[in-house]
Amino acid sequence: MEQLSGAEMVVRTLTDLGVKHLFGYPGGSVLDIYDALFQHSDIEHILVRHEQAAVHMADGYARSTGEVGACLVTSGPGATNTITGIATAYMDSIPMVVLSGQVPTSLIGNDAFQETDMIGCSRPIVKHSFLVKHAEDIPEAIRKAFYIASTGRPGPVVVDLPKDVQNPQLKFPYKFPETVNMRSYNPTTRGHSRQIKKAVSAIMAAKKPVVYVGGGAVASEAQQLVTDFVEKLNLPITNTLMGLGAISGEHEQFLGMLGMHGTYEANMSMHKSDVIVALGARFDDRVTNNVTKFCPDAQIIHVDIDPTSISKTVSAHIPIVGAIDTVLEQMMQQIEESKEQLDQQALAEWWQTINEWRSRKCLSYEPSTDKIKPQFAVETLYKVTKGEAYVCSDVGQHQMFAALYYPFKKTRQWINSGGLGTMGFGFPAAMGVKTAFPDAQVAVITGDGSIQMNIQELSTCLQYNIPVKIISLNNAALGMVKQWQEMFYSGRRSHSYMESMPDFVKLAEAYGHVGMRVDDPAELEQAMTDAFAMKDRLVFMDIRIDPAEHVYPMQIKFGAMDDMWLSKTERTS
Amino acid sequence: MRRILSILLENEPGALSRIVGLFSQRGYNIESLTVAPTDDETLSRITITTMGDDQVIEQITKQVNKLVDVLKVADLSEGAHVERELMLAKLRANGNATREEVKRTVDIFRGQVVDVTNSLYTVQLTGPSDKLDAFIAAVRDTTEIVEIVRTGVAGIARGERALRQ
Ligand SMILES: Cc1ncc(C[n+]2csc(CCOP(=O)(O)OP(=O)(O)O)c2C)c(N)n1
Ligand SMILES: [Mg+2]
Repeated sequence: MEQLSGAEMVVRTLTDLGVKHLFGYPGGSVLDIYDALFQHSDIEHILVRHEQAAVHMADGYARSTGEVGACLVTSGPGATNTITGIATAYMDSIPMVVLSGQVPTSLIGNDAFQETDMIGCSRPIVKHSFLVKHAEDIPEAIRKAFYIASTGRPGPVVVDLPKDVQNPQLKFPYKFPETVNMRSYNPTTRGHSRQIKKAVSAIMAAKKPVVYVGGGAVASEAQQLVTDFVEKLNLPITNTLMGLGAISGEHEQFLGMLGMHGTYEANMSMHKSDVIVALGARFDDRVTNNVTKFCPDAQIIHVDIDPTSISKTVSAHIPIVGAIDTVLEQMMQQIEESKEQLDQQALAEWWQTINEWRSRKCLSYEPSTDKIKPQFAVETLYKVTKGEAYVCSDVGQHQMFAALYYPFKKTRQWINSGGLGTMGFGFPAAMGVKTAFPDAQVAVITGDGSIQMNIQELSTCLQYNIPVKIISLNNAALGMVKQWQEMFYSGRRSHSYMESMPDFVKLAEAYGHVGMRVDDPAELEQAMTDAFAMKDRLVFMDIRIDPAEHVYPMQIKFGAMDDMWLSKTERTS
Repeated sequence: MRRILSILLENEPGALSRIVGLFSQRGYNIESLTVAPTDDETLSRITITTMGDDQVIEQITKQVNKLVDVLKVADLSEGAHVERELMLAKLRANGNATREEVKRTVDIFRGQVVDVTNSLYTVQLTGPSDKLDAFIAAVRDTTEIVEIVRTGVAGIARGERALRQ
């Protein structure tokens, strides 16, 4: 059998797992692994400028491909710098493996140089973690880490590797573990057949059904099945922020996103429905508004691969544990076999009501010829990219404008930090996407605040030629914070302004990229077209938008799903 | 309501901290916790007593089950079960009258004196937690309690029901 050192086993196991890209940053505790990478590997390593960005890159890579993203960092500060990225991936159930160096086993617990208890620090935000104490255990630990990260409800896994375990002098027999066998870990994928029958009966008896689809449908690649299912029964469908693309944003039956900044028609349909079919969604507080007032007449069918998501915030009448794709296949078959039929007249009336809600055109905004409206900027991006770009977003008003005004045709096209809401996520995530799909159009929709949280990665983009397009909606403010202050704090703008904005154009140029400033709506489309035409250049578009815009609709705090602000002056109740 | 959860998990370093961390992270309380390896050394068995209504207990059970190291979880309080806790109590025992009275109370509760000095009795008692509570209440009137240590509850289902691999 082949003899390898611990460090070599790390690299070899990754190779045998099919890992092609590794995002990382070296340091004392991982130098042996870096040396092994240098000597024996075809893995492309991307050296970031801050470890947080490495994790977000791996995350963007994972979100766009569905594969496990991998990163490598050193102990201590290298490891702690990954925490925000790990938490971001955890909240959105993204498959990821973080390999961190650790001080030698003999020094663990001694407050050694660059020692932090990474297993302890990351414990609440990982799906699982491994501290490897013997070199011989490395292949199995990494193999298991990838398996756990990518099966069941996906999530990040940390593998902590003490320095002595990597020792290049000590060689051990290496064999790739072909299979994983864990008696304590067997995620369920198939739904219980009796529950499936019950669910189909409930749907068939509905007069005002609505389908509510979240990120679980993305994770299980269920877009086609979701579409078939709602088309077969002519059901209205809404997506969560994480589920966008689970049905085409241009589909007739799609009501738009629901929740805090959801569309009027999506939130109204939920509130007035009598049966909700929740697929891979978790009744997050940004969706339900006040749970005690949540959808008073609805019977809830909740399908999720994670039993803890079911009846956590809103109790389900018909719980089904399983993967969305498998359960939908089971439901489709049950629909075929069942003699029950939907009440077509009731459904037609329901659609009529929904269409009346739609006619309120909650996303319309006042166009302007002298100021660029953020909504217009997103619509222009949609037009220029023909709706086909990967859109990676940061967090703030621009994120909601992107979610609402760019209809995504397919899953994995929309990439954002939904659960944790991490500013600084968008740009490195887009770099991960571009690494996976070098020929695709990849746009970052960001704000002047968020972009400055990982702007150092402009340097990485130059080194590795990662020509993403940065669409910065510059309102010279922490816009979402300002919106809340204007709405709920009598306009007291406590620290939501950025008083010394850098010259982003010069900054981009200083990093060797192209910078553009646009403030005239008439020039925007041409400027964006020019930017995307520069296929192998990173272009930073500093777009000066109307800073007065708020994101609407917006649910009213403590209210029900149907309590919304529709503009600065109009509310539903 | 008080519940007794039994957990069977991998006997691995860090496994216990994941359980304890989960409880604190999600705001569940732990009244007592005992842990030790089982007859199969690769497995540990934990008994946790906690408080919560049905909905909370259902969430706790599901959350614990979701931990990758955990094989099985059961709520013992759902059915007939045996629960035992062991207590060691160091009691002031000065003068014949007090010594007699303490000894008598210990006998009533079927405890044993496991260490003696001329001013102290150290006694051992086992039983369900409420029996130990009752002993404390009874002996408190007789003499000074110097110190007490309790193991927390270990529990097992009655009859055929078993938590095993
Ligand atoms: C790391 C982090 N810190 C703070 C916040 C809170 N927060 C949410 S949105 C926002 C403002 C974002 O400003 P900007 O990126 O300019 O976007 P805009 O809302 O102006 O479009 C802040 C501070 C956050 N989400 N993430
Ligand atoms: Mg801003």
